[in-house]
Amino acid sequence: MDIKKQYRVGTIVTEIIMILLGILFLVPFYFLFVNSVKTFGDLLTSAASLPKTIEWGNYARAFDITNFPTALGNSLLITVGSNVLLVIICAMAAYYMVRNNSRFNRLLYVIFVAAMVVPFQSIMIPLVKVTSKLGLMDSIPGLIICYLGFGVPMSVFLFHGFVKSIPLEIEEAATVDGSNVYGVFYRVVFPLLKPMLVTVFILNTLWIWNDYLLPSLILQSDHLSTIPIATFAFFGQYTKQWDLALPALVMGVLPIIIFFLFMQRYIIEGITAGAVKG
Amino acid sequence: MNRKKTSRLTNQIVFVGPAILFFILIIAIPFVLGLYYSFTNWDGVSGKAAGVGFDNYKQIFMEDSSFRDSFWFTARFTVLGVVITNVAGFFLAYFLTKPLKTRNLLRTIFFMPNVIGGLLLGFIWQFIFVKGFSALGSSTGISFFNLPWLGTENTAFWAIVIVFVWQTAGYLMVIYISSLNNVPKDILEAAEIDGASRMQVLRSIIIPLIMPAATVCLFLAISWSFKMFDLNLSLTKGGPFGSTESVAMNIYNEAFSKNRYGLGTAKAIIFFVIVAIVTSLQVKFTKSKEVEA
Repeated sequence: MDIKKQYRVGTIVTEIIMILLGILFLVPFYFLFVNSVKTFGDLLTSAASLPKTIEWGNYARAFDITNFPTALGNSLLITVGSNVLLVIICAMAAYYMVRNNSRFNRLLYVIFVAAMVVPFQSIMIPLVKVTSKLGLMDSIPGLIICYLGFGVPMSVFLFHGFVKSIPLEIEEAATVDGSNVYGVFYRVVFPLLKPMLVTVFILNTLWIWNDYLLPSLILQSDHLSTIPIATFAFFGQYTKQWDLALPALVMGVLPIIIFFLFMQRYIIEGITAGAVKG
Repeated sequence: MNRKKTSRLTNQIVFVGPAILFFILIIAIPFVLGLYYSFTNWDGVSGKAAGVGFDNYKQIFMEDSSFRDSFWFTARFTVLGVVITNVAGFFLAYFLTKPLKTRNLLRTIFFMPNVIGGLLLGFIWQFIFVKGFSALGSSTGISFFNLPWLGTENTAFWAIVIVFVWQTAGYLMVIYISSLNNVPKDILEAAEIDGASRMQVLRSIIIPLIMPAATVCLFLAISWSFKMFDLNLSLTKGGPFGSTESVAMNIYNEAFSKNRYGLGTAKAIIFFVIVAIVTSLQVKFTKSKEVEA
């Protein structure tokens, strides 16, 4: 009885401490949202308090200056395009590498795993030269091709581990029924890969959507800006104009936060699955 | 027989070909070119690159104090960032695997900063350090908030550490939670019956059993902090006085601001070698600490 009571008190204390910590974690969001609707004067004199008047005009101005719909559209196009192609290319590669365990494919797997350690900054300088020679500069398809290259090692690695766990009997049954290797892959194997597909999709989305450095090297025209690029350009022009900068930041973070809140379960599962394989 | 061989080759090309093609174009060729350019004086503009032997490497090790400074900064940042974010991530996970009523909501909150990219986070925190903290300082009188956070070398360093931990602790928490959930309940109960204290259980049972998660989490944290660029760029831009310039940013500036592409690629190669050595040593070390339940 006594022990049980003590336990409960301990749990309540833990709960209270964790809630306080949770509030502390949210304080930056409070500052961001509250100050994004303040007038410039209000924002400078009292950044911690609630707004005196709500100034939605800040959003309208920031929306126009950053050309938000264009940036959002570009970010979506790049993230979705890279993701769809990466999933198809890497699922196919990993499947074939597992099922045809030739010396070449084993070597290829080792190379992909080793390449995961190479930091982007180690190859970005010659990459710029290669991409301009290939005519990939300043174009969204060009940027997507870069993401395909950088995404291949980890996505193949994750699919590779998963394909190994799929029993061969299912495919053999389909082969007996007269499907060729492509039919077996698209009708039988691809649907089975769905859990790992979600993981790969989530990990690549968080990476590509938020990436700044690669698009900043490849894209130059304003009308091709992604959200991070547009935000950076905006800060270069309107330094210290927080009444414009904060609404721009809110609009910048909102899409990915909404994505997170809706996909939360899958994101958590995806990260866990990705980490276990890693 | 021959037909079978050709069809196997066709299948290999159809299935694996695209992945190999993009990998070679985007990673392998730039990597090899980087090795080559690191021995030249390539300026990136003229397209001409004359061999200079080991001059770039010599210059980096003997003369380039900015590279050494950025390295020292990155090393200190990595050590502190990795330790703090792992301890924080572990303890968040430890307490959030207890039967708390709000634990699902709290997990969401702690993870949320991670979905926002480093560039935007840096700008958000720039506002908080400059305006938010000073507002808190004048209303509460706590001197911690009145520090010139991004203005001095020491506080700017800690500012980056704080934001890094705030951003990454939740991600590691998720991995530690799944590992903690896999610790067998009967072992914990047996220890409790034997009269082990909570600290003893934590130290002698839980921590050894979650070492596989620690291997992954340390690896992730090391590579994030080593490669940090976006957050660095938007929060401090390497300032004040270049004191918070990370290696990644130093490489970037060498090539794209000063147009010394040859020197930049040499730095990039050194950077790669160090990252590869550090991460493989870490994986080897923590893997040796893993035990079976």
